[in-house]
Amino acid sequence: MLRFMAIRFGRALITMFMVLVIAFITLRLSGTPFAMMFPEGITDEHQAALEAKYGFDRPIWEQFIVYLGDIASGNFGRSLYTSQPVWMMYAVRMPATLMVGGLALLLAIAIGIPLGAAAALYRGRASTSAGMGLAFLGYAVPHFVIGIGLILFFGYYLALLPATGLETPNHYILPVVTLAIPMIAAIARFMRAAMLDAIGHDYVTTALSKGLTDRRIARIHILRNAMIPLITVLGLEIAGLLNGSIFVEAVFSLPGVGRVLIDAVQGRDYPVLQFGVIAYAAIVVSVNLLVDLAYVVADPRVRLEK
Amino acid sequence: MTDAAFVHRGTGRWSFGVLHLSGLALALIIALGFMAPLIAPYDPNAVNLLNRLKPPVWLDGGSWAHPLGTDSIGRDLLTRCLYGVRTSFGIAVFGLIFSAVLGVALGLLSGLGGRWVDRSVMTVTDVFITLPNLLLLLCGITLLGTEIWVLVLMIGLVRWEAYARLVRGQVLTLREQGYVEASRALGSSRMRIALEHILPNLASPLVVILTLSFPGVLLMEAGLSFLGVGVQPPTPSIGRMIGDGRDYLVNAWWVSGVPSIVIATITLLFQLIGDSLRDRIDVRADG
Repeated sequence: MLRFMAIRFGRALITMFMVLVIAFITLRLSGTPFAMMFPEGITDEHQAALEAKYGFDRPIWEQFIVYLGDIASGNFGRSLYTSQPVWMMYAVRMPATLMVGGLALLLAIAIGIPLGAAAALYRGRASTSAGMGLAFLGYAVPHFVIGIGLILFFGYYLALLPATGLETPNHYILPVVTLAIPMIAAIARFMRAAMLDAIGHDYVTTALSKGLTDRRIARIHILRNAMIPLITVLGLEIAGLLNGSIFVEAVFSLPGVGRVLIDAVQGRDYPVLQFGVIAYAAIVVSVNLLVDLAYVVADPRVRLEK
Repeated sequence: MTDAAFVHRGTGRWSFGVLHLSGLALALIIALGFMAPLIAPYDPNAVNLLNRLKPPVWLDGGSWAHPLGTDSIGRDLLTRCLYGVRTSFGIAVFGLIFSAVLGVALGLLSGLGGRWVDRSVMTVTDVFITLPNLLLLLCGITLLGTEIWVLVLMIGLVRWEAYARLVRGQVLTLREQGYVEASRALGSSRMRIALEHILPNLASPLVVILTLSFPGVLLMEAGLSFLGVGVQPPTPSIGRMIGDGRDYLVNAWWVSGVPSIVIATITLLFQLIGDSLRDRIDVRADG
């Protein structure tokens, strides 16, 4: 088990190193950003002075070492446009993203797991079929289309809910639901498949022949076994949340980190972009490690592995 | 419930006929998209400021001159949707082909190249699987710009891992088969074994997995264009149309609504096809 975790941890480190390399390449090989900053053009001396100031005149490997040192000491650089430290640009936007993402995740778990479980246990009933049909829709349609649809129906046609911004608690409803729908669908679909898989196992037959009640079999023998692989799906969904929040924030004009990232791409603001890439990747890698740890805790078959 | 009925009940699948119907509908949409220059009633970029924000024909004020309405500068939405489907499918198809070639090549290399090659390729694959695709796409676009070939290249570069894994897995089983061993005993080179004995056997699982991953690739382009970092105006793109129409949601919902319905229909059809294919042929990307 220690060996298992050590391998996973090593892999996480390699991944983060590759991310740093990719971020650095994006940051530096793109040339200097001065043409973008001074569209009217600058003199050669001015250009050379700026290059010296930002360290662009040194060899590339030296720049990479300096870059790694900067990252290690928490210096992620400043925006080329506003000169703000990049971590601060993200930090002020973080609460909105975390709030919407966290609520969406809770909602997805609260609806997705029971829906999937019910669909597996009560196959063929009209209500569960309808639920899975809706889940199918949510699984196929992208966030931005769901978001536009919800805005049009609840925001403008029924005029029930505010469609943009995050001023009041009511403002959270549409973005959270939009972000949650594909997750609900994914979790429900997976849960259903995992439950069906568990139902087919010998231990369910054994439990039946022992004369256990349906409820007990469903809860202990089927549900618990189906929950273990669900850990992986939840990990994937959390990583997918980062992805989805960029779209949801664009649809609902939310003050989250997604906008910072997209603005950085459009303005070629490399320091801002690379911080976003490193931070997002760090979150994904940590979530993956946590998923592995959760497996060790939840599943004795992994825990006792040599 | 009596006697744990859930153990014996069937799974109640409803895929009969769905595959054919949705396949047909999808083929029709694709055909219309690719025939856009022949059948579209207008030029996709023809601006007509007198006809701004005209509603679709079934709403008050709509007319058959613009069956799906017009956008904020009076361009015909039907025309732009047709061309948009064409752009999106073009990018997705070429991106997918590129990623498949890359993935198959690396998968073959990994499966047949010996221990150390295998290890390094698989490490890179693991890293790429961990990284969020969108981030890699954004890095590439920032670096190279938003020309169409960049989108194709980047989509190819972020999607190959699944194919590499599938191919490697298949190669590991295939290379132990009797006919491969026989061929090796006769002195065939690794290259010859790869191309003549392994590759043809990979075709059918590969086709299934490519079909299953097509909507994802399509949505990747649509998503990037929606965010404004994909296909650039004036080239018509469904994602971009949805994104640009956001400003008019209050008084002209159709500007985003019509392309939203188009992309939702396409992805739903693909999902239906994918689901029934998955039921018939059980292939998994991760293995």
